[in-house]
Amino acid sequence: MYKIVSKKPLSENVFEMDVCAPYVAQARKPGQFVIVSPDEERGERIPLTIVDGDEQKGTIRLIFQRVGKTTSQLAEMSAGDCLGYVAGPLGKPTHVERFGVAVCVGGGIGVAPLLPITKALKEAGNTVIAILGARTKELLILEEEFRQLSDELIVVTDDGSYGRKGVVTEPLAEVCRRERKPDFVMAIGPAIMMKFCCETTRPFGIRTQVSLNTIMVDGTGMCGGCRVEVGGKTQFVCVDGPEFDGHQVNFDLMMKRLAAYKDLEQKAYEAYRQHRCRIGLDRSSNP
Amino acid sequence: MSEISQTLKELLEKHRAGQLKPKDRFAIPPQEMPEQSPAVRRFNMNEVALGYTEEQARMEALRCLQCPNAPCVEGCPVRIPIRDFIREIAEGRYQKALEIIKGYSLLPAVCGRVCPQEVQCQEKCTVGLRFKDVMKSVSIGRLERFAADRAGEAAAVPEAGEPTGQKVAVIGSGPGGIVAAADTRRGGHEVTIFEAFHKPGGVMVYGIPEFRLPKAIVRKEIETLEKMGVRIVCNFIVGRTRTIEQLMKEDGFDAVYIGVGAGLPKFLGIEGEHLVGVYSANEYLTRANLMKAYQFGEGADTPIARSRRVAVFGGGNVAMDAARMALRLGAEKVYLIYRRSEKEMPARVEEVHHAKEEGVEFRLLQSPKRILGNERGQVVGVECLRYELGEPDESGRRRPVPIAGSEFVLEADTAIAAIGNGPNPLLQQTTPGLKFNRWGYIEVDENCRTSLEGVYAGGDIVLGSATVILAMGQGRIAAAGINAYLAEKRRRGAGA
Repeated sequence: MYKIVSKKPLSENVFEMDVCAPYVAQARKPGQFVIVSPDEERGERIPLTIVDGDEQKGTIRLIFQRVGKTTSQLAEMSAGDCLGYVAGPLGKPTHVERFGVAVCVGGGIGVAPLLPITKALKEAGNTVIAILGARTKELLILEEEFRQLSDELIVVTDDGSYGRKGVVTEPLAEVCRRERKPDFVMAIGPAIMMKFCCETTRPFGIRTQVSLNTIMVDGTGMCGGCRVEVGGKTQFVCVDGPEFDGHQVNFDLMMKRLAAYKDLEQKAYEAYRQHRCRIGLDRSSNP
Repeated sequence: MSEISQTLKELLEKHRAGQLKPKDRFAIPPQEMPEQSPAVRRFNMNEVALGYTEEQARMEALRCLQCPNAPCVEGCPVRIPIRDFIREIAEGRYQKALEIIKGYSLLPAVCGRVCPQEVQCQEKCTVGLRFKDVMKSVSIGRLERFAADRAGEAAAVPEAGEPTGQKVAVIGSGPGGIVAAADTRRGGHEVTIFEAFHKPGGVMVYGIPEFRLPKAIVRKEIETLEKMGVRIVCNFIVGRTRTIEQLMKEDGFDAVYIGVGAGLPKFLGIEGEHLVGVYSANEYLTRANLMKAYQFGEGADTPIARSRRVAVFGGGNVAMDAARMALRLGAEKVYLIYRRSEKEMPARVEEVHHAKEEGVEFRLLQSPKRILGNERGQVVGVECLRYELGEPDESGRRRPVPIAGSEFVLEADTAIAAIGNGPNPLLQQTTPGLKFNRWGYIEVDENCRTSLEGVYAGGDIVLGSATVILAMGQGRIAAAGINAYLAEKRRRGAGA
């Protein structure tokens, strides 16, 4: 069950794995996610967007970034290992239609969930402009896939080590000012990036969709831990989302909620890393 | 058999000789449940109530008058022949007692612990009526628990019926689903339970805490189902992983029981509800119970707030569970804020009593007006309003009326809303043709049959907010309906 079929690093801290989950592979649609845990007994449940899948092989493709204990555990697993469990697909699929010109903005690990949506937008007949951002060249992922999919690709890095120097909102603003104004913007990335993408498109009145990745437990509507304020109303990311009209989302509140367990997570991660280091020492001292 | 006291021996002799008069039975003191002391248990997760000894159980059983009309049975949602099983306990025939219960309730070890007996069987008990005190009724729940704990190990696994070749899907592995699965399996069908979580048991594993219902008990019930040949598939969200239509049209299921619970937590709709440190009771308890957050850093990876002062909103069992869990997770102060008086509290009397004993501070006739936060978005306090009781409302309870200008602030770093659940919209979104009422609950007839052929439903997704025993009762009715429906289908198939 939930066997890792293949796994490879995309950058120092970003990994891609194909996991056996036949039902999910069959049912999944762009924009949906799964709840994953590395360990059935003690593991934490984390949401990961489904990047791709192969219905024939019964596998789904997940991309994740090593940020804490749970993602470190995932990062240490290899092909042949089994995940504790994979549940899904969850969330409402992306609403895809022929908008005309669609801009797909991805930042950091957010580039991964953006891929299936971009693919669907392209297949629906949109002209796709992709804007990908990363801190530095080594952290940029899936560039080739996006180059093939999009009609125009703009890459930015914070330090200018690759593509343009700067952040994604700069090319986004330029695209919005073009004579052929975009009809639709999809932005996925860190909350702060999504917030500023929405601020960028707001004056132009361009519909802007965001995909939120909040803290979740069950992912099926039962806990409400993922709740966000959208248009002044409480919405659950897991059942009402994960995609929302970005102009209505209260990002400031969401960012505060995302930090809810920061201290505890930090401690758990440090304890885990120290533990791993000790294991390494044991090995070297006992050849 | 262990030693019994001289007093009990003498009572039993009189009882057997038919000479134990009601007067003698009334004279037997109600047997107190042995419990962990409040000072100890508020720091551990172990079960609070330890269960009767054999001596106590038989003493308590002798308090039963064996009323010819057995009014207690009227109070039981699944009509367990209470008088009969109590008689067996008095005689020391625990296996027989358990068999009698099992004919009606599949989960006596659970129900003996979590049923609100004081508003069901024990409310009707003649002994309690005689003393004009329901707490002096025969402790039917404790006796049920005793029979289950004492004789459960040796209980036979119910046999599956003659194979029919028909397939039943049970959605949700809570109490209703367990009963529906067992009863349809006894009907001879191939039964599969689909559970969204990674562990089966529903509310009994994610919601009700270990200190009230040990998970080993739930696990054992699930194992019994597996021994009967019921297949359990976890991490499977019907509506998303597969739809009901796919299960029936593509996967060959002939009938479906929907027992998904309600489980979409309600919030109060007040200012500050999105602050860090505000939980639904569902989330708080799921983190603590199912994900074992109380072992965070020492065997479990799911975090939960490290709280000092906790405010719980609500007056039901879930509110009590959350408040008592907060104590066990290390809170120094736990407030339980309820806008009516204690009399109107829907929680079991025992839970209220236990919560108070453990030091939960009850703030009655008070209600949160807004939750206060700091610049980091964390809860720092709750502004409350005082209430008084006015005229009775449509529920028959006196309506709480706010007292203008009575606001005050309680310092708190965590707030937990335990004010009930609404229906999960997932099945409504993904099951065309399935009829829901305007509140989002599934519409069924008296046989728990829905608007879709072969699809039955019960428990919270039908009743709104129910209890374990009511959900079980519906699971049983639905299973009978499914067995009849499938028999009819076989007949039609054979005739064609």
